[in-house]
Amino acid sequence: MRALRNAGLCVGAVIVGFTLLVAIFAPILATQDPFAQDLSRRLIVPFWMEGGSTNHLLGTDQLGRDYLARLIYGARISMLIGIMTVVTSGAIGVAMGVIGGFFGGRIDDMILFAITARLSIPLILVALAVVSLVGSSLTVVVMTLGLLLWDRFAVVARVSTMQIRTLDFVAAAWSAGCSRPRILLREVLPNILSPLAVVATLEMALAILLEAALSFLGLGVPPPLPSWGLMIAEAKDYMFFSPWVIMVPGLSLCALVFGINLLGDGLRDLLKTGRTT
Amino acid sequence: MTAPLLEVRDVGQRFRASGGMFAKTRQVVAVDGVSLRLETGGVLGVVGESGCGKSTLAKIILGLIKPTSGDVLIDGRSLTTMDRRERARLIQPVFQDPFSSLNPRQRIRDIVALPLTAQGGIPAGEIRKRVDAMLSRVGLDPAMGERLPAQLSGGQRQRVAIARALVLHPRLVVCDEPTSALDVSVQAQILNLLAELRLEFGLSYLFISHNLAVVEHVASEVAVMYLGRIVERNEASALFHAPRHPYTKALLASVLTPEPGLGIPETGLGDAMPDPANVPSGCRFHPRCPVAVERCSRDSPTTERAGAGIVECHLAPVG
Amino acid sequence: MTALLEVADLHIGFGGLAAVRGASFTVNKGETHCLVGESGCGKSVTALAMMGLLPANAERRTAALRFDGQDIAGLSEREMSRLRGDRIAMIFQEPMTSLNPAYTVGSQMGEVYRRHRGGTRQAALDRAAELLERVRITSPGMRLGQFPHQLSGGLRQRVMIAMALMCEPELLIADEPTTALDVTVQAQILRLLADLQTELGLAILMITHDLGIVARTAHRVSVMYAGEIVETAPVFPLFAEPRHPYTRGLLSCVPVPGKVGRDEPLGSIRGTVPRIGPNFAGCAFRDRCDLARPDCSSPVVRHTLASEHSYLCQIAP
Repeated sequence: MRALRNAGLCVGAVIVGFTLLVAIFAPILATQDPFAQDLSRRLIVPFWMEGGSTNHLLGTDQLGRDYLARLIYGARISMLIGIMTVVTSGAIGVAMGVIGGFFGGRIDDMILFAITARLSIPLILVALAVVSLVGSSLTVVVMTLGLLLWDRFAVVARVSTMQIRTLDFVAAAWSAGCSRPRILLREVLPNILSPLAVVATLEMALAILLEAALSFLGLGVPPPLPSWGLMIAEAKDYMFFSPWVIMVPGLSLCALVFGINLLGDGLRDLLKTGRTT
Repeated sequence: MTAPLLEVRDVGQRFRASGGMFAKTRQVVAVDGVSLRLETGGVLGVVGESGCGKSTLAKIILGLIKPTSGDVLIDGRSLTTMDRRERARLIQPVFQDPFSSLNPRQRIRDIVALPLTAQGGIPAGEIRKRVDAMLSRVGLDPAMGERLPAQLSGGQRQRVAIARALVLHPRLVVCDEPTSALDVSVQAQILNLLAELRLEFGLSYLFISHNLAVVEHVASEVAVMYLGRIVERNEASALFHAPRHPYTKALLASVLTPEPGLGIPETGLGDAMPDPANVPSGCRFHPRCPVAVERCSRDSPTTERAGAGIVECHLAPVG
Repeated sequence: MTALLEVADLHIGFGGLAAVRGASFTVNKGETHCLVGESGCGKSVTALAMMGLLPANAERRTAALRFDGQDIAGLSEREMSRLRGDRIAMIFQEPMTSLNPAYTVGSQMGEVYRRHRGGTRQAALDRAAELLERVRITSPGMRLGQFPHQLSGGLRQRVMIAMALMCEPELLIADEPTTALDVTVQAQILRLLADLQTELGLAILMITHDLGIVARTAHRVSVMYAGEIVETAPVFPLFAEPRHPYTRGLLSCVPVPGKVGRDEPLGSIRGTVPRIGPNFAGCAFRDRCDLARPDCSSPVVRHTLASEHSYLCQIAP
């Protein structure tokens, strides 16, 4: 049972790690230019199908761009969005949750109200509205998602802080003459990191899916950037005659989100059972 | 007359307990008009059952919560006039649960060093020297300083907590049930260690416990708390040999000494459990008191001198 | 005196670690047998083994486990669960976790009764009310309708005891029943157990770490250390003439009013309990014992004195 969960953690880590490496080394890995169109070579099939060529391992899209190169550069967009969103929303959410949980009273009431207000906002509608008002760009997508996805961080950080705050080692730190910021940073924060790490993986998967959804609706990253969601959107007209154009980015997206969730689950089990050094 | 080391002056602590959004808020009286004195070198035992307010009193004396009324003075100076560093140099705590009293993410060395680092301005080498010395003094190998709390036994952890409390050489140590979570043989080791350290460092203890046998062993003076008030206080020998308050008598009778053949004592106490959110009228002990008379449910008893101490009961012998 | 529960050479292990190593003891009808020891000595695991409630990863083997003359070591889970709560009942340290917070006291007590005895809901409730009265709970009718969180710790433990007695068990296993309670409530609960024992002829297997409770409640005592019963004796000889160095050490650790003066050290046992691996041999206490000799690392023979007093040490007189 335990080994199985650890296997999940390993598989998740391999998938996420692989995608991250692909994203970082995209210029080296991609032998073709993901933006170069060649209308004479449209919708070439992948190499394993009849008529495929090793020149375009995953074939080309409807504009004759190399599909493998677009997939590799697309990983960049997904990872960038995932990580940047988690960093932004994590910073906002953890700060709010820790402050609310630590100080309590009126401050906590205000934070709790903010969380409730945020939870009552329909995520995708607001994202759509913002993007259609401001116009779509990578920065706008990251900022919108980052400013919306902090709720779970705030809830988890707040509850964990409230639990830690009442423990005797915090009382001992007060008695030792520690200052408030020191207690927050050295006594409280390190002890709420493990549940937050799990939240971070969940939010990262969510952010990647939301970006894909927005791009699919034409409100995410603007063409010709090779986002996986955009690739799915552009492929949908050709899916009946060339099903692989939708399957390649679709399966990649599935695998990445699945990998992140496996990583999160594994992380939770690992951190729960205590650590030894 | 010089000021005592610790003087607690008529301290009270009320909390508002809310039963949810639509429930009426109730007032919980955790501590009610408590006064105590402790001279340098003494050990003041505070005994009482759960919910009697003894842990709240400990937190007030440590300066962790501000009392709603009254004042706590150390060496004649109010706690409220001190900054956190000065307070830390005078009072330190040892808590009950050695599992929650040490930060699981920090090495033992850093835990013990915390009061020193919080003072600021002490060079790292000096801190290291003092931490090592303190670890060996409480019976731990300084090499253990590199470990995490999870790698230590309960008794070892409590030694770490004691080392942290003493590393600044405070004058008063507030021990809140320091051995309740430990096995008997470990309890004896820790009690012996605390006794040695008191003489060696010239410490005074405020020793809070529900175990009267332990308090009898360590304390020079004992205060008995019931529902937030001190119902009897006296020199330890006087209190244990001639208890005056019926609650003190019941507590003493409940102590099960390891002597076979004595059977199980009849405390005579009623079933009405004390509830700090609903303090009875008159004497707050009357619903459980085996000797209560009609007057006890009506009039609150006043604090009377009794020998070297005090007692708060209509029926207790005074003078 | 007839034996109700007989355990011979009980071994319980978790993975490679031994929790109980060859424990043998007997609980007689109408008597209290105390298993005393410090945390990790195997006393609670022994209690769970009696109830057939060991966790799945535990390995148990025993030469004999007899209840009222019947061998219960080989019973199936189903047969065991018929015995549990009916003829053998158990109460635990923390009554809050053994009561279901979602059901009233009455329905939980009634369910135990109807599972073993059948009958109508009303008959079960009447029986529950009768038992609440028996454990000295005032206004039992009102308590039956209450939920566990509405009761104080002492009341909850009384309810647990009443629930354990629903089917008139012959053996009650009590695992640290008063550890979570205040001292005055502890005295009340222990008194209640002693009274019930006389009224109902109950046999009690009491698991505790508190030597005061042992002295005041036990007829016979077994002292456990590192999975072994190092000394067993009727209560008077055990406290008057303890033989095993561990028993002696333990007794000297307990502060007794008027025995050891202030500023005088209590007796103590140095060191900590050793880890018992698969190849451990000899006396488990030797590293902490002041009398230890080199031959303490070879297997120890049990010494038996008169009056059913035996101990596991080759040095003690």
